[in-house]
Amino acid sequence: MQGVNGFMYPNEVQLQWSVLIVLYPFITGLVAGAFILASLVRIFHVEAVRPTYRLAMLTALAFLLVAPLPLQLHLGHPERSYEMYLTPHRTSAMAMFGFVYLWYLMAVLVAEIWLDYRRDIVIMSQSATDWKRWIYRVMTLGSSNISPRALEIDDRVGWLITLVGIPSAFLLHGYVGFIFGSIKANPWWSSPLMPVVFIFSAMVSGIAAVMLLYMLSARLRKEPIDMRCVDTIARYLFYIFIIDFSLEMLDLVHRIYEADESFRSLDFMVHTRLYFSQIILQIFAGTLAPVVLLGLAQVVKLPELARKRIYGIAGSLTLIGIFAMRWNVVIGGQLFSKSFLGYTTYKMGLITREGLLMAMLLSLLPLFFLWVLAKLLPPWYQEQDAITAAG
Amino acid sequence: MSNFRDTGHLFRFAGIFVAAILIFLAIRGWLVPHTFGQYGHYRGAALNEIAAKPVHFAGHQSCETCHADIAEKKSSGKHASVHCEACHGPLAAHADDPSIQPAKIDTAVLCAQCHETSAAKPKGFPEVETASHSNGVSCETCHQPHSPALEAGGAQ
Repeated sequence: MQGVNGFMYPNEVQLQWSVLIVLYPFITGLVAGAFILASLVRIFHVEAVRPTYRLAMLTALAFLLVAPLPLQLHLGHPERSYEMYLTPHRTSAMAMFGFVYLWYLMAVLVAEIWLDYRRDIVIMSQSATDWKRWIYRVMTLGSSNISPRALEIDDRVGWLITLVGIPSAFLLHGYVGFIFGSIKANPWWSSPLMPVVFIFSAMVSGIAAVMLLYMLSARLRKEPIDMRCVDTIARYLFYIFIIDFSLEMLDLVHRIYEADESFRSLDFMVHTRLYFSQIILQIFAGTLAPVVLLGLAQVVKLPELARKRIYGIAGSLTLIGIFAMRWNVVIGGQLFSKSFLGYTTYKMGLITREGLLMAMLLSLLPLFFLWVLAKLLPPWYQEQDAITAAG
Repeated sequence: MSNFRDTGHLFRFAGIFVAAILIFLAIRGWLVPHTFGQYGHYRGAALNEIAAKPVHFAGHQSCETCHADIAEKKSSGKHASVHCEACHGPLAAHADDPSIQPAKIDTAVLCAQCHETSAAKPKGFPEVETASHSNGVSCETCHQPHSPALEAGGAQ
């Protein structure tokens, strides 16, 4: 059979989880990572990254809105998906995730964004003239109280929500790792380290994405990049990347040392079918290269332009590397036979419900949502000053 | 009083959540069937509904009461453990009313479902590459499907 080598059971020949299931943990990872970056300002008082606070929150929201779409497209019958909320089964991790998702979307992200923007929303509901005025009016919930005391209370409640949001973000992405890590029949996935690795890789990808979006938006808006801000983000990215890489290597060393009955088969797969996506893309191009580049920016005093270029390249490589990591987990886990004697091939469709075009569309959709959100709730601090002046 | 005034918007926000939860519970109460959870994590009434559905399979014992000759032929061959309706399809209607004739089987398609070459099949299982082996000719031209072994009179 074409694309199949050795012995495959009949139900293993064709992959059940497609590129959309690769995209799903990648997108939720960006959400969790972007939120963690925002929490640096709120909880850990890293004032240098404040210029990206609102952008990080809106990025998290835009990507979270798209996060369930790959699953809906993969499963089909979106008209039935609400039933997961009506009659959830406690033993179903995916059903429980439905509630984690809603909690994170409504009780954390929407609540925090609303509280943070409330002052601006009230001012804009009075100063805007066109149809936007009505949108802002609805968003004020009929309260235009922006007294110093009310704003102080908002700030405190927002702090509390962020505090709850950090474990929620960990839960959100930890669950995605849990889904894979808890499948004991699959030695490529079954590891208690999986949720932890997913959380740290999520932080890495989310921070890199917000850093790139911030630099890109500043360029598009022809505004200077706050170098203190991106330097700080790059420093945190570097630290978290080190932890993430160490955890992944720990997992690898553990597998090599343990060398259970699946090891030879998986080792062969990594050296053949996954060689490009795992060794070249994930480890060398997507991890070691950005770590070295970010480390270089830490130890050598480089001019501003060089740092910008390094951050741009390192950020892009990071996103490619984390996407490759998701690919290697999801697709790699389905390429080998449970008999450990055969391998299959993943053939991605092009214009199908789960094909390449749909994956590209779903990757671009959050950016469109972010553009709409940024138009409605400007995350740029210069505009915030203008709003204050208008008020 | 001033504290209450300055937190009024938070109560409005919380009110939306409470309203959403109440609406969800109301919709849930309306949509989830009353017998859901009666016996387990499924709709209890579904058991009776499924039980009331017409039976499609007659069972091989029913077939053997009329087709004893075929049953005997089959019992000594390689297909002894393959039940009649596994190949012929559900035949309860035919068993109830023998004038209803079962659909003709295209053996070129049916036999290949089990006997097409695949690396996943156990050693010793008879497999052929139908494209080169028979090229679309019906298997029963050479083989006796009810007893394909040589000693039963069928071709190899």
